[in-house]
Amino acid sequence: MRLDGATLWACASARAKGFAFVTAAALGVFATLLVAAGKDPLEAYIDTLTYVFGNAYGFSELLVRMIPLMLTAVAAALPARIGLINVGAEGQLYMGAWLATAGALALPDLPAFVLLPLLTLLGFVGGGLWALVAGVLRALRLVNETISTLLLNYIAPLIVSYFIFGPWRSPETASYPQSPAFVEAARLPTFFHSRVHFGLVYALASLVLYWLVMTRTRIGLDMRAIGGNPEAAQRLGIPIIRYILTVMFIAGGVAGLAGMAEVTAIQGRLVSELSPGYGFIGFLVSWLAGSSAAGIVTMSFLFALISSVGDILQITQGVPYAVVNILMAVILFIVLGRHSVGSVAR
Amino acid sequence: MTAEGETPLLEAKGIVKRFGALVANEISDFSVRGGEVLALLGENGAGKSTLAKILYGYYTPDAGEIFVNGRQVEIASPRDARALGIGMVFQNFTLIPALSVFDNVALFQKNLPAVVPRAEILERMRRYAGRFRLAVDPWMQAGQLAVGDQQKVEILKQLLAGARMLILDEPTKVLAPQESEGLFETLAELRAEGLGIVLITHKLREVLACADRIAVMRHGRVVGVVDRREAKEEDLLALMFGDKPMQLPPPLLDPAGRHDRGIRALELVDVSSSGGAGQTPLRNISMKLQSGEIVGIAGVSGNGQREFGDLILGLQRPDAGIKLLWGEDASRWSVAAVRDKGVASVPDDPLALACVPGLTVRENLVLGSGERYSAGLGVDWRRLDADMNRSFARLGFPRPNLEARAATLSGGNLQRIVLARELAQQPRLIVALYPTRGLDARSTMMVRALLRDMRDRGAAVLLISEDLDELFEVSDRLLVLFHGAIAAEFTPEDFRADLVGPLMVGATEQSDAA
Repeated sequence: MRLDGATLWACASARAKGFAFVTAAALGVFATLLVAAGKDPLEAYIDTLTYVFGNAYGFSELLVRMIPLMLTAVAAALPARIGLINVGAEGQLYMGAWLATAGALALPDLPAFVLLPLLTLLGFVGGGLWALVAGVLRALRLVNETISTLLLNYIAPLIVSYFIFGPWRSPETASYPQSPAFVEAARLPTFFHSRVHFGLVYALASLVLYWLVMTRTRIGLDMRAIGGNPEAAQRLGIPIIRYILTVMFIAGGVAGLAGMAEVTAIQGRLVSELSPGYGFIGFLVSWLAGSSAAGIVTMSFLFALISSVGDILQITQGVPYAVVNILMAVILFIVLGRHSVGSVAR
Repeated sequence: MTAEGETPLLEAKGIVKRFGALVANEISDFSVRGGEVLALLGENGAGKSTLAKILYGYYTPDAGEIFVNGRQVEIASPRDARALGIGMVFQNFTLIPALSVFDNVALFQKNLPAVVPRAEILERMRRYAGRFRLAVDPWMQAGQLAVGDQQKVEILKQLLAGARMLILDEPTKVLAPQESEGLFETLAELRAEGLGIVLITHKLREVLACADRIAVMRHGRVVGVVDRREAKEEDLLALMFGDKPMQLPPPLLDPAGRHDRGIRALELVDVSSSGGAGQTPLRNISMKLQSGEIVGIAGVSGNGQREFGDLILGLQRPDAGIKLLWGEDASRWSVAAVRDKGVASVPDDPLALACVPGLTVRENLVLGSGERYSAGLGVDWRRLDADMNRSFARLGFPRPNLEARAATLSGGNLQRIVLARELAQQPRLIVALYPTRGLDARSTMMVRALLRDMRDRGAAVLLISEDLDELFEVSDRLLVLFHGAIAAEFTPEDFRADLVGPLMVGATEQSDAA
């Protein structure tokens, strides 16, 4: 609860180490590839950094990428506190987008101040119910939540595809599978004439709430007890099953918000390629951040930067974007590897 | 430094082992001779297990030399130790439950050929088993053996692997009295065969019963080595605890705080439970427990004690029968509801069963209190602190550092935290599951005195224990649990090991009386 200076310092330095590690790994891998392609990595880096930080547009695009990363990272961090591994934020994001779309298409006549809160709620419920499937299976001790959330990731985009190829297919753009465009009242507002949207408020609010609940409330204490020693928690009368179900629902809901924001603010309609793997990167962010709220912000920033760099390198240097995916997979392996080695040594 | 001038089997000099700032071992000289049983005596945290693990190669010492048969050796791993003829039997057995006794023994042999020489190993097993009273069916699955037999297999596999020195870590903890006698006979045979035996224990009685020499440890040092013939109980206690006198908690008896006696706190009517995987099913248990009485539950571990305690605490539900708490049908109550009614639980191994290691002491103190300290969404820490300070003071415990992580506390201190938390709300029923297991002598006496005091204040106490001495000392009535059923009930005039012991391993009352 109350942290002394030494613990705080240890946390901060661990996070700084993680940050430095990821940065170094990213820069190193990119540099190697650029050298192999016969380009000058230093020049490419200076180019991209001036592009990202040198003008408002570059930076706003970074923020746009951070929004779904922060939300899906919370979706992974929350269950992690009670010892559950939710790798299903990607699928939960899709289902949040799907249910929000259903609302936007069904109720086009509502005014924005009614419709947007409603769509937010639908996005939350869509992602939440999707995660709750895994929560129920886990609570009944039928399927491990890591497996079920992972597999549900494959189903959710297929459901979305079914609807945009079938019932919701837009008549105007019949050649391209997507839903009709949302009415203006269903569009989440954006700020400063950029693509930075109201989802930023959802993300920051989720992070603050996450931090407050974990450190300041009885609920957070119970959750940390379950995560720290489920056997003792059960013996002390903490309702573990109720926590599993509630936490999974809320975590999925937060990921669902990311999906809702993507369709209502960025796309303006439901499309099949809704997320370039935000849910997976969010999981990585949460692990590297050690589930700390401040760490999630810094790591989201870093990963948003990495994917921006990938974009820019693709345009200016002709390096395929797949490099970014390779890089993130490598980081994930290293992180997971280091963790399991640690646990074996213990 | 052997008086006779002979070379000791094993000698350790100048051993130092640190864990961070803590000096766990600082041993100038420690030796084990062939043909002796050396008892390593000391309270919990005195460093006995650390020393044993250094000798078995589990830990590498920071300084010091080890000699085996006079030759200096380096023991970097248990493999090295085994090659030097040092074997260890751990508290938690290391058998592979799915394999047969034979497989377990064969697997442990050095340089086992690709084609297992079954006949040869079987023959050697039979020979050793006969000579050292270690007979076990080689084709039984290890997981299905009784605890005492598993221990025999552990010893057998060490002997077949050529152990000349055996370290046994608290071997009698899991045994019924007559099984302990059997173990001591085995040890006597091994000693006659010239093996050196190190017996780690904190039970004085065992030490005096079977050791040749007694090495007493305190704060990581060997503070004295006493010949058994010259050993006196008081001297050993003085060595174990140093200058500090044995302190008992102040009497809590407060006549004003007495509750009414004779209220039926707990009643089980023909309760059965199937239990999950690896659990012992309970069979047709009927019993009553009144306020102001301590009922002891005796039995060899694994006969349904944990399931019995879990059933009362609401962790398990009866499949048949009724559980009544203060006259109300509590068969379906949740753990939280049971605790809310005034049931407290004091388990063994507080770190595993009653505390969350990663949380602070203060956070651990609020766990399990239901809504009592809730303030809105948060916790009323000030009220909690006040209540817990009062509880610590009343129990005569020093007030711990509330900011420390539970994982950093010793077992005895953790058990104090658990006791302070569980007894803070004046519980009406206390379920104590092996509450003194793993505690040192002083903490043990403290816990027993507390249970009696709570009884005198009108609480009903259920004491589940493997330690017959403890049960005899504390209980007002004693039930024996065998294979998940109540085998017998005893009153204090029959509290004798020779009467209770046989029932713990399944003898019937009649055949014993005859």
